[in-house]
Amino acid sequence: MANALINVPPRAKRGEIIEIKTLISHPMETGYRRTQTGTAVPRDIIRTFVATYNGAEIFRAELHPAIAANPFIAFSTVATESGTLTFQWTGDRGFSETASAAITVE
Amino acid sequence: MRGFRAALCLAALAASASAGEIPLGERRSGYDLMGRETRAMQDDDTANPGMLWVLEGETLWNKKTGHAARACAECHGDARTSMKGVAARHPAFDAARGRPVTLEQRINACRVERQKAPALAYESRELLALTAYVARQSRGLPIDVATDERTRPFLEAGRATFYRRQGQLNLACNQCHDDNWGRRLAGNVVPQGHPTGYPLYRLEWQSLGSLERRLRGCLTGIRAEPYDFGAAELVNLELFLMWRARGMTFETPAVRP
Repeated sequence: MANALINVPPRAKRGEIIEIKTLISHPMETGYRRTQTGTAVPRDIIRTFVATYNGAEIFRAELHPAIAANPFIAFSTVATESGTLTFQWTGDRGFSETASAAITVE
Repeated sequence: MRGFRAALCLAALAASASAGEIPLGERRSGYDLMGRETRAMQDDDTANPGMLWVLEGETLWNKKTGHAARACAECHGDARTSMKGVAARHPAFDAARGRPVTLEQRINACRVERQKAPALAYESRELLALTAYVARQSRGLPIDVATDERTRPFLEAGRATFYRRQGQLNLACNQCHDDNWGRRLAGNVVPQGHPTGYPLYRLEWQSLGSLERRLRGCLTGIRAEPYDFGAAELVNLELFLMWRARGMTFETPAVRP
């Protein structure tokens, strides 16, 4: 199943500011809702998002129950060297998803 | 409540002043009536959450399933060419059933008859994904449902449903979507009701959903009993709505507030 959509420019000039966009499939159940019979629906959200660039962390976000389903996270960074950007989402119920994208810096 | 009734009376008065179908040239997709951010979300495939379903649908398209152990792709090949324009022509007449069928029904018929697999439930993730993937191949094409002697009775039945007052609020579809589009109902812009981008990602649903889900929501809104998923009345209404949107550009997967 396609869980995550990543948009990283495949090529960039050294020192250029690039925009990175990520979209992940997740219900983001708040934990505040109840079923018709009154039992609480347990919380099931993504807690953290971490982006690394050739192993070095460049962006981190904490997610909370108020964030909508299928979170879209976009941020920018400076293209320093060719390599790999890795994205990791972790959350409740042992949720863990990883995606990566290559970039060539000229 | 009194204010709401008064508003409805006003709406009815305005309706009598400007009643009638929307001229072809004045038709507008819901896309044109929504905010800049939501339009940007739809336009960018990496920000459009509907693409998550499209990509899942692509996986399902190529996956062997059912007792026949066949994938959609084994008969239909590359969906990008074989499914181009298909969604823009549905609901389409099905000779075996003697009536129009929606794209969802067509996919399920193929599953049951050809793949020997159980039909997928309406609004299930798999059915939405496959429908979205097939419908995505019609993006940018004009809506073009067949209007021949075979489909005409069903089109007319759909038209009758569109113009028939129903529910406790005693409203017909046209009273909002022909006569009062562009005005506001509880802060939301009333669209013309053209099904240009289904299945679409609705921010309110936080999910992809079908036209039938949208229509059922509208029926509940006028406090009418919604038709069941796949009911003949809903399919006829969908056929009429697609005819009403003939020539408009297909947008699947659209994003709507």
